[in-house]
Formats: sequence, structure tokens, C-alpha cells
Amino acid sequence: MLEKFATKRRMLTLGVVLFTTLFLAQALTPPARAAEPIKIGFSMALTGALAGAGKAALIAMEIWREDTNKAGGLLGRQVEFIYYDDATSPSKVPGIYTKLLNVDDVDLVVSSYGTNEISPAMPIVMRKGLVFMALFGLAVNDRFNYDRYFQIMPAGPVPKVDWSKGFFDLAMAQSPKPKSIALLAEDAEFARNAVSGARINAEKVGLDIVYDKTFPFGSSDLTPVIRAIRASGADLVYIGSYPHGSVGLVKAANELGLKAKMFGGGMVGLQFAAIQKNLGPMLNNIVNYDFWVPEPTLNFEGVEAFLKKYQAAAKGKKVDPLGHYLPPYAYAYLQILGQAVTAVGSLDQKAIAEHIHANTFKTVVGPVSFGKNGEWAKTRTLQVQFRDVEANNMEQFNHAGKRIVLYPNSVKSGDIVYPYKQ
Amino acid sequence: MVFSVELLVNAIVSGLLLGGFYAAVALGLSITFGQLEIVNIAHPTFVIFGSYVTYMVYQGFGIDPVLAGIAVAPAFFVLGILLYRFYYVCFENTGQESLSGLAFFFGLMFIIEVLLILVYGVDYRLVSAPYIGQTWHLGFVEFPLRMTVPFVTAVIMTLVVYQFLSKTFIGRAIKAVSQDRMALRLMGADPIRIKQIALGIAIATAAVAGALLIIIGPVEPSVGRLYIGRVFAIVVLGGMGSIGGTLAAALLIGVVESFVSTFYGPSWAPAVGFSILLLTLALRPQGMFGRA
Amino acid sequence: MPKFWMAIVGVFAAGLMFTGLVDNEFYFFAAYVVLQGMIMASAWNMLGGFTGYVNFGSAGFFAVGAYTSIALHQAFALPLPLLILAAGLVCGAIGLATGYLTLRLKGIYFAISTLAMAIVFETVVNNWDYVGGASGVYVLAPEEIPIFDSYIKFLFMVMVILAIAAVAVARYLSTSRIGQGLAAIRDDELAAECMGVPTLRLKLISATTMGVFMGMAGAPYPFFVAFVDPISAFSLFIAVNAIAMPLIGGTKVWYGPVIGALILGITQEVTTVTISSELNLLIVGVVLIGFITLAPDGIVGLVERFRRKKGTNGRAAA
Repeated sequence: MLEKFATKRRMLTLGVVLFTTLFLAQALTPPARAAEPIKIGFSMALTGALAGAGKAALIAMEIWREDTNKAGGLLGRQVEFIYYDDATSPSKVPGIYTKLLNVDDVDLVVSSYGTNEISPAMPIVMRKGLVFMALFGLAVNDRFNYDRYFQIMPAGPVPKVDWSKGFFDLAMAQSPKPKSIALLAEDAEFARNAVSGARINAEKVGLDIVYDKTFPFGSSDLTPVIRAIRASGADLVYIGSYPHGSVGLVKAANELGLKAKMFGGGMVGLQFAAIQKNLGPMLNNIVNYDFWVPEPTLNFEGVEAFLKKYQAAAKGKKVDPLGHYLPPYAYAYLQILGQAVTAVGSLDQKAIAEHIHANTFKTVVGPVSFGKNGEWAKTRTLQVQFRDVEANNMEQFNHAGKRIVLYPNSVKSGDIVYPYKQ
Repeated sequence: MVFSVELLVNAIVSGLLLGGFYAAVALGLSITFGQLEIVNIAHPTFVIFGSYVTYMVYQGFGIDPVLAGIAVAPAFFVLGILLYRFYYVCFENTGQESLSGLAFFFGLMFIIEVLLILVYGVDYRLVSAPYIGQTWHLGFVEFPLRMTVPFVTAVIMTLVVYQFLSKTFIGRAIKAVSQDRMALRLMGADPIRIKQIALGIAIATAAVAGALLIIIGPVEPSVGRLYIGRVFAIVVLGGMGSIGGTLAAALLIGVVESFVSTFYGPSWAPAVGFSILLLTLALRPQGMFGRA
Repeated sequence: MPKFWMAIVGVFAAGLMFTGLVDNEFYFFAAYVVLQGMIMASAWNMLGGFTGYVNFGSAGFFAVGAYTSIALHQAFALPLPLLILAAGLVCGAIGLATGYLTLRLKGIYFAISTLAMAIVFETVVNNWDYVGGASGVYVLAPEEIPIFDSYIKFLFMVMVILAIAAVAVARYLSTSRIGQGLAAIRDDELAAECMGVPTLRLKLISATTMGVFMGMAGAPYPFFVAFVDPISAFSLFIAVNAIAMPLIGGTKVWYGPVIGALILGITQEVTTVTISSELNLLIVGVVLIGFITLAPDGIVGLVERFRRKKGTNGRAAA
């Protein structure tokens, strides 16, 4: 009888010990947080003047999210976006970012598109000490000096001046050297800033500035402006303009038979598929900035696959169908953020920022490393020359040979045809 | 600045060509605002709408943009009639014009812009035509066809409207209706019918102006906002109720802008144009050719 | 009327309590925009609603106020209240001067001239490199935050005070003898002139106060948004809201713009962070048209009509 009781007691003890162990084990294990998503918040220009670019960027960012989630997410958690349309209106940005941070409780933030939309968010993210990946703003951090700001536009350490450095390097490498330059800027933020940098470069290399004017945003007809430039007889023509102005200037330059040794510089819009198709051969020999073109020297890992996905997703969405200009960078800046978060293993903003400063990242736009001010450590703003462009053909721009990379040397794919028109 | 005869003459020519285009855009407003005193601030947006519809026809049927614009003009005429009907029922009938009418057209402007964004997206639209990119030369004078074709079309359109208003019964009734509704009724014409035809014509011209706009440059839905100030300035400068005045004012503004752009600095061009307007309002409020 | 002043004190106190109790800054950012709309709407209505002279160029006054603030801040680092006063003075002077030049014109010509003026101002600012010109300019909030624990709370209270001031002045204008004169001008200017109403002087008073308050509304804007360029400061949206809000609320009374600003402003802020797309623009358009066609006298008018109907029900005709 006593043995039975002993066995029972033993069984009971065993049972209690087992039960207690299991209970403690499950009570001490942290709850499975794999279910809770990581929220990335931002505002984006989905309506208004910059909406074409904003929508294209969003498509690219969503592709990154899908790719990341398919591969298991970030830190084992699925990634979710929370975003709002800032309508290309800076006054909406502060409210949106405070909502994202204080109400929607996002874990990470990235910027909207363009200087005007990035700047209003800066004071807010700075106060909260957040890492701020920024999408295409020129020299935003010059004023704020924030050490957790990172700009994916490859302008270079001194953005305003590095932007046009390539153009001038190419020009002054010619012999005989060009002597004079005409500077023209559309009256809007980026164009003005690009030309102010060009002015500094021009003075540095001793060029004679024979024309230096600005024109109103959205001007209907730029024939008089081109005529004045033609009358100035400048060797080089450096222009900062937005799409509407860029189209008008290229057409007017062709109609008036403008002759120059180099023409182009900082014209936004000449990178967009629909505009390239419409301008066709008028683009030939223009040397302009770009960020990514389908040349063999820029065939970084993943970019071709990304572009295929983008082009499929962009069908019918009424955005740039080819997506060479902005989308790869919108994908890359999230790649960098994702890689940093994974490397650090947590959402510690300070650690993430330090990691980004200290490392070079492999992205679809090549290796990226940042300088102290959050800009690219070395400029990778391409100077690209249009060549052999045929009329009315968009597909040609999807292949190499139409936009030759002249600068920088690391990704050069051909030599300049000089002069532009004589 | 180098001041040569060649530069001067070309600047004037450029200005005239651009002014002609401005006249096309302002023509409809000259009728709406000048004759009917309806403050259609949405007129430039109708022009943009015209650009898009023209673009669709041009893309779909491959016809020249100008012809496409003329082809869709009748549809826009009907649109104008419907617009007037709505406006009449809500505003003129109840005596709530001016401020309410203004707000109505503001609202309409946003609605049209948004619908364009929803249907066509925000990417720029452009057209191609054999004459875009070509330039005629007459000695040292340059006529880029991209500006010349719209100029010629605009002048023809203005002449047609002018003739219509002065020579036909309906046309003269339109001119009369703003002056004296009662007298018009006594003459056997229905003011409402007359006014709706007038607005129909105005919106129809917007279709053609839209075609010209997309020939000159790329179009996207918010481009219309840039023209609001200019078209009102032209109509007022030219004189309310004067079609010829609108053309003259448009050419003047075009030439002034071209001059300032060529010789001084393009950045100041808008200020000069509008300053002329302010001066005119201060010294001769009825405009250049308006009724005193 | 002590009731009004009690209400003012109440609003001010509520604002202070709000800053004390609520920590979520989002509400303050949203409230700033709504209050800005309220000040602009009340100011616009001083001329547009009370006299019937429509100002199309509200964004011009607003932007000049903002840029005055920027220029003085860069030159002398003045504190915000002084910047506001300066902006008010400058824009008031502009209102007076341009009013003197153009208020003699018939209503619609005046509207066109305001549009022209806004464009002239925009061109001047575009070329004024000291304040950044077309490139835009960064404005950093000062390091020290006066009184409150966050800068946006400070800005919020500033706007509350400005809004109270604007509404109080609007009320004074409409209920005083000046207001009667203004109403006479609105109804029939020619008749008013014949009756001896000093129409030009009254219109100038309206135009000046309108300018003052629009300038003051613009002065804190650079600190709110950190980056200012002419395209965003002279935005069409500011001009449209300044007209739409009084129209929605009711133009004939001083509290119409307040109601309109609350309704339209809050709607816009909510849709920005919820539906958030083109529909946002569509809403402004539809609301405008809806109100204009169905409620031309605004909400105030609707309430009036409703009250009148109720009032005559079951009562013998007077």
C-alpha cells in the first residue's frame, strides 16, 4: 500500500514539476511579435506638380516592400507602409509627419519627394532623433546639419556645385577650351540651385558668363530667351529647368538653329520617357544630367529585375512607363534602410544612423556610401549625351546606345561628341 | 544687351505669334465675361480639358491636332450650352450672380482638374506634327511653325467669331443681350437661348485653344492655373465686349513679354504685362476698345 | 456686448488648456492650418463679404506678410510678435495703397486688379534674392521656445490670438456704423453714394484691415513650414480657401467665415490624413459648388431660413 502511495506521490510531484516548468516556460517567453508589422511612414506627392515623380516613386517603394516581405520581412516582421498625399504642398507636410509619428505610431520614416516637401519634415524628425532617408532634395542638409539625414540623390558632398561639375570637367577637357557660357534657370527651387552651382563652377574655371538670366515657371514660349542666348554667342549653354521649360527650350533651340559647343546641364524632364519620345532627334548631342540609364556600365545587381517589375506595375498607372530616372533610387533608399536595420538588429535610430554612415551598401543603383553631411561621399550625377535618337520611338530608350554616359569615369560608356552644333 | 534690328524685329514677331495664341485662349472668356458678364474663372481649365480631348482624338485617329481640336469643338459647344443652363437655373435666375457665380466656377475648376487627373493621370502629354520643329525664314525673320500655326488658327478663329457676332442675327443678339435684355425680348429673341449659344461658342473656342496649347508645349492638368491671370488681364485690357480689343490686347501682351524676355530678363515679363493692366485700369478702366 | 467678450476669453482659455492637456502635436499642426484659414477668411470677408468687392489676390497679401517676416528675421532676428506686427503694417499699407488705386473701379475690375497685383508681387519676390527668390529659403525656429514646451504650441497660441483679433475686428466693422455703411455699399453703391455714405473711405478701411490681417496670418508661416518659396507661398489654394470659407459660412455676418473655416478647414485636414488623394481637391470643388447652389448665403443663411420657417409656423401673420 505504501509503495502505491509513494508512486502516486512521485507521479504527482512529477506532474506538478512538469506543469510548473511548462507554465514558467511559456510565461517567460516573450510573446510571438512576428505578427506585428514594421510600419514605415511618409508623405508623397501624389497630386500636384510633382505627382508624376511621386507616383512613380511609390510604385518602386511598393515593389521593395513586396520583395522584402517575400524574403521574410525586416527583423522577421512584415513591412507595412502608412503614407499620405502631400499634394506637393509644403504646408501639409508637418501635419502629416506628426500624425504618422504621434497617432499612427510608425517605426521608421522616410521622406517625400523634392526639397520643398522634405524640408518641412526636418524639424520634426530631428526632434525625435529619427533616421531620415530622403528622396531627391538638393542640399537640404546644408541648413539643418542633421547627422541622421541621408540623401539618395547622388549629387555628391557639396551638392550644389558637384551637381554640374561633370559638365564643366567635360567642357574644359576639350581643346581649344571654350571661353564663354550662358546660364539660364527656371524660376523654381531646383533649377535655381543647380544654376547657382554652375555659376560657381564657371567662375572657378575662368569662363566668361555672357548671359545669366531666369525665366518664369511654366512660361508658354521660350523662343525669345533662346534668341537672346543665341545673340550672346556663348560657347556653352547651361540650363536649369523643369519639364515644361525643358521641352520648350529644346524645341526653340532646334527651331532657331542655336549653335553651341555644349548644351544642356540641369534640365529636368529630358529623362522622362514620354518627353524623350516626343523630342526625338532634337535631343541629339545634348549633354544633360541623369541618374541611371541602361548602359552596360550601370548594370548593377538587381536593377534589371527591378525595372522589369516596375515597368509591369506602371502599365496603366499613367506614370513614366520606363522608370529609369527616379524609381531605381526610390527602391535603393529603402534597400539601404532595410539593410541597416537588419545589420543593427533593432530599430535603434542612433545605431542605424551610425551604421549607415560607416558602411557602403550594395543597391540596385550600385555601391552607395554617405559622407558626414548625409550626401553621397562621391558624386555620381551622370552627364549623359543623347546620340542617334530616332523619331517617335520610346522603346529605343530602354536599350543602351542612346544615352551615353560621359561622366563620371567610373561608369563612363563612351566619349563626348563635341561640339553640340556648329 | 546687343540691340540689333534683327533681334528687334524677331522679338516683335515672336511676341505677335505668342499673342495670337493668347488671343485664342482669351477669346472664349471675352464672350463669357466681356459680353455675358459671367466670371468664368474656369475657362483656362476648359482649355486644358480641350487639350486632353484633342490629344485623345489625335492619338486615336492620328489626325492633326488642330483638326482634332476643330472636330471636338461641336461637342464643347453642347457642353457650353449645358453649362449655361445650369448656371442660369442656379444663379442668374435667383439673382445671385457675381460672388456666387465666381465661387461656382472656382469649384468647377477644381472638379474638372481632378477629373482630368483621375482619367489621364499627371504625366505630361505632348503631340507631334510635321510642322513642329520647323521654321520658316523670311530674310532674317524667323517663324517657328510650332508658334505660327497656332497664331494663324487663332486669328482665323477670332475673325470668324467677330464676323458671327457682327453680321448674324444671333451674333448681334448676343451683343445686345448684355446691353438690354428687355429690348431683346421685345425684338423676339429669347435671352436665355441667346446666352446659351454664346457660352456654347465660348467653350467651343476653348477646345480649339486647347489644341493649340498642346501644340505649343506639354500639358498636364494644373497648367491651366498659369493662364487665369493672363486671360482676364487680356479681356479687361482689351475692353469688355470687344472681340477686336481682345485680339489687340493679347498681341500687345505677347509683344511686351517678348520684348522684356529678349532684352531685359524673362523673369520680369509677367510683372510688366500685369503692370500695364493696372495702369490701364487706373487711367482708362474701360480698356483699350471698351465702351466708355 | 459682454457676451462676446466672455466668449473671447473662453476661447483663449480653452486654447491654453488645450496646450496644457494635449501632448499629441498633430492636433496643433492641424489646428494651425485651420486657424490660418479662419484669419484669412475673416480678413477676406471684411472687404469681400461686407462690401461685395472680391479679392482674388489673397495669396499675395499672405505671401508678402510671410516674406516681410522672413526678411526682418534674417536682418534683425526680431521675435515673432514684432514680425507679425511689421507684416501687418506692411500689408495694411499695401491694402490701403492698392485700394486707393483700384477701389474706384467697378466690382469685377477690382477683382482682376487684385489678381494682377498678386502676380506682380510674386514676380518681385521671385527676383528678390535676399529672401531666397525663386530658390526658396530655409527658416529655422529659434532655439529657445517662449513659454510653452514645444514650438508648435507657441505658434498655435499665436494663431489663436490672431484669430480672436481678426474676428473681433470683423465684428466691430460689421456691427458699428461703419458696418451699416458697408452694408449700404454692398446693396447698392450708387444709392449709398447719393445718400452721402463716404463709400471710398469705408472701402479703404475695409481694404486696409483686410491687408493687415492677411499679412499677420502670413507672418508665422515660415516658422511653421521651415522652407518657403514663392510657388508655395503664393499658392492658389490659399486664395481659394480665403473665398470659399466665407462663402460656405455666410458672407454677410462676421461669424460666417469662422463657421466656414471650421467646416472646410477641418474637412481638409481630416481628408489629408485619411482618404488622401486627388479626392481631396475634388472635395473642395464639390463643397464649393454644393454650397453655392444650395446655400448661397452659406450656413448662416441656411440656419436663418430654417429659423424663419419654424418661426412662422402656427403663428398668425404679423
